Amino acid sequence: MKIRFAAIVAAAIAAGTPALAELVFPSLSYRTGPYAAGGVPFADGYADYFTLLNQRDGGIGGVTIRVPECETAYNTEKGVECYEATKGDGALVYQPLSTGITYQLIPKVTADDIPMHTLGYGRTSAANGAVFSHVFNYPTNYWDGASVAINYLLAENGGSLEGKKITLIYHNSAYGKEPIRTLEVLAEKHGYELTTIAVDHPGQEQKSQWLQIRRERPDYVVMWGWGVMNQVAIQEAANIRFPMENFIGTWWSGAEHDVIPAGAGADGYKALAMHGTGSDYPIYDDIQKYVVDAGLAAGAGDQVGSVLYSRGMLAALITAEAARTAQEIHGVADITPQMMRDGLEALKITQERLAELGLPNFAPAIEASCANHGGDGYALVQQWDADTQTWSLITDWIQSDREVVEALVAEDSAAYAAENNITPRCTEN
Amino acid sequence: MIYREAGDFKTTYVADSQTFPIRFDRWGYFALLAVAVGVVPFVINDYWANAIFVPFLIYAIAALGLNILTGYAGQLSLGTGGFMAVGAYATYKLMTAFPEVSIFIHILLAGGVTALVGVLFGLPSLRIKGFYLAVATLAAQFFLVWLFNKVPWFYNYSASGQISAPERTIFGIPVTGANTSAWAQYFVCLAFVLLLAWVARNLTRGAIGRQWMAIRDMDIAAEIIGVNPLRAKLTAFAVSSFFIGVAGALFFAVYLGAAEVGEAFGIQKSFLVLFMVIIGGLGSVFGSFAGAAFLVLLPVFLKNLLVGGLGWPTDLAAHIELMIVGALIVIFLIAEPHGLARLWRVAKQKLRLWPFPH
Repeated sequence: MKIRFAAIVAAAIAAGTPALAELVFPSLSYRTGPYAAGGVPFADGYADYFTLLNQRDGGIGGVTIRVPECETAYNTEKGVECYEATKGDGALVYQPLSTGITYQLIPKVTADDIPMHTLGYGRTSAANGAVFSHVFNYPTNYWDGASVAINYLLAENGGSLEGKKITLIYHNSAYGKEPIRTLEVLAEKHGYELTTIAVDHPGQEQKSQWLQIRRERPDYVVMWGWGVMNQVAIQEAANIRFPMENFIGTWWSGAEHDVIPAGAGADGYKALAMHGTGSDYPIYDDIQKYVVDAGLAAGAGDQVGSVLYSRGMLAALITAEAARTAQEIHGVADITPQMMRDGLEALKITQERLAELGLPNFAPAIEASCANHGGDGYALVQQWDADTQTWSLITDWIQSDREVVEALVAEDSAAYAAENNITPRCTEN
Repeated sequence: MIYREAGDFKTTYVADSQTFPIRFDRWGYFALLAVAVGVVPFVINDYWANAIFVPFLIYAIAALGLNILTGYAGQLSLGTGGFMAVGAYATYKLMTAFPEVSIFIHILLAGGVTALVGVLFGLPSLRIKGFYLAVATLAAQFFLVWLFNKVPWFYNYSASGQISAPERTIFGIPVTGANTSAWAQYFVCLAFVLLLAWVARNLTRGAIGRQWMAIRDMDIAAEIIGVNPLRAKLTAFAVSSFFIGVAGALFFAVYLGAAEVGEAFGIQKSFLVLFMVIIGGLGSVFGSFAGAAFLVLLPVFLKNLLVGGLGWPTDLAAHIELMIVGALIVIFLIAEPHGLARLWRVAKQKLRLWPFPH
């Protein structure tokens, strides 16, 4: 604690002397409130990866990294305050980790010329870079996720979901409503019957929703939950003895803290994943050596290796690679937000590069372009084992139904462009 | 010594019944206005506008509105968040349906729509009182949030149910959308605050305000001396909802730019505005401003002090901040149950006699 406090003070003093070149990646985190269980590991992973780069490599391209944190509590008003507070600080890219705050920031970052990366959350149609010039949501997005879940179920059922009943239980917010349209379109295509059940923020009380599920007896339940809602839903599913292997959460509903409270009842619960899980990757040796053992781990330091910690790390990895790309494109080490945007748009992460970084086969390869800000729609399915308390990947990378998702993205982004008088870019393609 | 009424002679009834009868107060008020209009817009930046001034001004309007209903007319309401949502969604629908009409008119119309909804939910107040009315308005809160979530027409069938404010201008200067400059945001809110505070002050000291207060103090006695409770209660609901609707419209269109009903206008917003009114002082225009300032500025100040100044971890600072604000609320209410407005009044009384109290 003392070392950490000293480090923070040192960072504060360093912050007071702006003469040094540095790369600023603000972290709009939430370590308090009903969503803190998800916010803490993500923020820790995000900060620790940059600490590792600072300690091991001396930053990116020789420039040190600073990650000022600002507490949003998943609240949009505090999110605005945090954005304005960090904007003048030379922020290069924003990662709000909240769909609500993302919606608010999309027009603001575009006007202020600062890029925003929403890793598998936010506004799905931002995948269309022709309309959303400053927003990136690769490696994958909500509609891909919905489609991957259905593709997985298709494979489980021998290619047909005809006559099956699927229920979506979702967080009643912009985030939870995102997959509905995709699931509806896919329902028409594959002939399953879709019911949607909303859970209001924060989701601590779901008795009536699960009673409805118990009555309707759907074949599968898909969940779009976040925060305390996940734990409660999994507990309730266990209470009504819903077969856990038929219950699939999105990647925001598949972390350790979501399933552990339900104990053995959660065994067999499945969730989507956009990256590998566990701490068997070579990078963790370096994290242990340069970050944890050096007493520089963010937060309480007890999240290393958890699902959302890995996701925070992936977010940081993409940011760092984009910054490196930007440095290469523009030939300067001390990049500006505009250069960072170019870096994100020209980002290319191959499997070889991931192996080099100590995370082999951790995430899908990413190749962004002017029009493609959303990746190619790959995700995995992971399953919880309550005895060993581990998530294990049970599939290889599954691609979403590109035809359906791309049509929906084109439709929604065209509506946004019309509403806001945006002329689509990227005409050369 | 400086603050006194001696020598400040009034020769007309108008002069005698003005809002600030003491010259020093009047000058202070005009100086404040001059700073607010003439100095702040030139020095304001995005942070000061978005984190401090704009939310303060908007919450001040909402607190004024609730103070009319709860403080002056004595009708306890927990529906503020829902009524703000009505204002926000009304502006959104008007903005997108009639893009050529000025946003200024849309915001006023949104206030009008909210007033109608407020009157509708105010009808039960004729039969039920006190805590029971609070429960009835709580129903309004939940019903309205549910409605805006459930019916896609309100959010123009967008995929996520979010509403976002497109760019709209006043005299060619954008006041909503991302390209709004800080001073324009501030000015729009300030204009509404000045206008509405002036209306509130003059309504509450006129005939209608006296009717409200008569109903508040004892409704049967008020009825006997000829106050029509139907008219008094419903006008209180209408005027209060108008204010709250305008606050909701500004909150969505000028401040946040995008909103989602459950998150932005939930029950916690109703409580926040009610706390502003209680801490500021029931039945006081000044109290509405003081309460809004207390609950908007204090958390931002503490955050900047603890995280920015002392370098504490953000989670620790956020928890401590909640505790400090909570403790201060309790301390203030124990020390002065009538709120900050009463403290202000007592301070002025003492100042008049200073330095020679008898």
